[in-house]
Amino acid sequence: MESLMAYVVGIMFTAAFYMMLRRSIVKLVIGLMILSNAANLLIFVVSGMTRGAPPLIPEGASGPVGIVADPLPQALILTAIVIAFGVLAFAVVLIRRAYEVVGTDDLDQMKDTDT
Amino acid sequence: MSPELILPVLIPLTAGALSLSLWRSVRYQRLLAVLANGLLLWSGIWLLMSTTEHGFITMQMGSWPAPFSIVFVSDVLAAIMIVLTGIIGLAIAIYSLASTPRGHEKFGYYPLMHLLLAGVAGSFLTGDIFNLFVWFEVMLLASFALLTLGGERAQMEGAIKYVTLNLFSSAIFLSAVGLLYGMVGTLNMADIAQKVSQVEDTGMITVVAMMFMVSFGIKAAAFPLFFWLPASYHTPQVAVSALFAGLLTKVGVYALFRMFTLIFNQDVEYTHNILLWAATLTMLTGVLGAAAQFEFRRILSFHIVSQIGYMMLGLALYTPLAIIGGVFYIMHHIIVKTNLFLVSGFTYRLLGSYELKDLGGVYKYRPLLAILFLIPALSLAGIPPLSGFFAKFVIIRAALEAEAYLVTFVALLVGLLTLYSMIKIWAEVFWKKIPDHVQNTEELKGKLNEKHAWAYYVPMVGLAICTLIIGLYGQPIYELAEMSAKQLMNPQLYIEAVLGGDQP
Repeated sequence: MESLMAYVVGIMFTAAFYMMLRRSIVKLVIGLMILSNAANLLIFVVSGMTRGAPPLIPEGASGPVGIVADPLPQALILTAIVIAFGVLAFAVVLIRRAYEVVGTDDLDQMKDTDT
Repeated sequence: MSPELILPVLIPLTAGALSLSLWRSVRYQRLLAVLANGLLLWSGIWLLMSTTEHGFITMQMGSWPAPFSIVFVSDVLAAIMIVLTGIIGLAIAIYSLASTPRGHEKFGYYPLMHLLLAGVAGSFLTGDIFNLFVWFEVMLLASFALLTLGGERAQMEGAIKYVTLNLFSSAIFLSAVGLLYGMVGTLNMADIAQKVSQVEDTGMITVVAMMFMVSFGIKAAAFPLFFWLPASYHTPQVAVSALFAGLLTKVGVYALFRMFTLIFNQDVEYTHNILLWAATLTMLTGVLGAAAQFEFRRILSFHIVSQIGYMMLGLALYTPLAIIGGVFYIMHHIIVKTNLFLVSGFTYRLLGSYELKDLGGVYKYRPLLAILFLIPALSLAGIPPLSGFFAKFVIIRAALEAEAYLVTFVALLVGLLTLYSMIKIWAEVFWKKIPDHVQNTEELKGKLNEKHAWAYYVPMVGLAICTLIIGLYGQPIYELAEMSAKQLMNPQLYIEAVLGGDQP
């Protein structure tokens, strides 16, 4: 399962880079979206995948019994998703505004500020 | 309990929330901005004093014991950075009173500024690597909004590059955190530092180290990764430029200092050698880029890049003296660079342009402003007895002692080219006669038609005095840098302070 997920993460990173390297700013944002999801999935996979073992402590015990899933990566991913969502909302508004002001969605036309 | 550790984050956060609730009253927002940033500076000085007394101050959130909770840690370097954040915050708040257009103030300029400062302060103080990511994002989101406030074409184009590259760097950072967690099973930086030496797969540690280096390298604008900076920093209005120039890249530099002294100190031969090359090329490309520019803020933006090289050089040489030099350089650079941007903003206010060909005659009509430019400009180039001379002197001496002669040569050459750029600005903006095609020169020649003209001068004079103090009374500043270098070179102290530290 882990090796399959590793390939999925790799494919997602590849897709994200491909989208980011295209000229349209809409595709750029889609690329950023996939990129953040790929990073989240990576955290999920590297911390180890455990099936059907929620990290619950039985009554009377001082710690979980047996092998349980690590709850921390899920908390991290949740935080990262919320942040990525906020950033994405900003990015979408930004490209819309940029399209209005510049009048094109082609990144190659947006090099006035480059040197 | 040590409240001074959490105050530098709490003050701007509270001020940001209060400022939002005062949305309709710009007057109170302005008052609050100056007040809160004054308080931030005060809390920073308090933190620095108590940190120099105790060595380290730590705090566990929710009183959970160390490796499980999010910890806040202040060592001397973090405390110095907080003081600098306070100084810059206060200077920018006062400057904004005069320079920020009314429309920007109405659309949340002050709340965003507070939240940006909260993110910066949080990044300096946190001792948890995922928490560092979160503070980075707080800082980034505020900076995105500040950068695009106004919505002009250049701002939009600059913002797309800025946003994309910074989000890319965040994604790398997040992946690296995930990989590191998979190997050591902890997020507390001190705990990671302890466990990372027990990991058998040292190749993987180096891979993760390089991911962190790329991620923070983008944020710090290091050599092959700096292109977003000169493309975006000259686009927003000037107080925002100055705030970014002073603080944001330095957060990246700080993170590099923290990571590559505390955690990734296993394979110094490899990682710090790459840092050395990156630093050298950063210095050189930055200064050459500046030489080709003829716009006030673009020249200054490229100089940020070249100066970042000196700081990274301090880290890359990795000797106690070099680290002292690096920390000293950060202190000097933050103040000087912000001041130069503030001066550029005032000349823009007088003559309505940042293009060198449209500027001129400032020395004749505003000699005080010319001197206020000359102090940070010569300091940046490293002319004694200003702050930049001692900063460069320490670093170059460290490079000589480490027998890195090529790097020493480049560092000296870059100093010379910096002087060339500064003289170019001086000759064009201050000495040259006013060009014939420039029409509106009444404000330059006569009285400034502005209610709060004092608010331009106070921060510029204040920061110039700071530069002079660092230059003329360098000893106490040098001792501070020495203390922080001692702590950085002995990561064991940090680990003990966090893991075996005083439990509340």
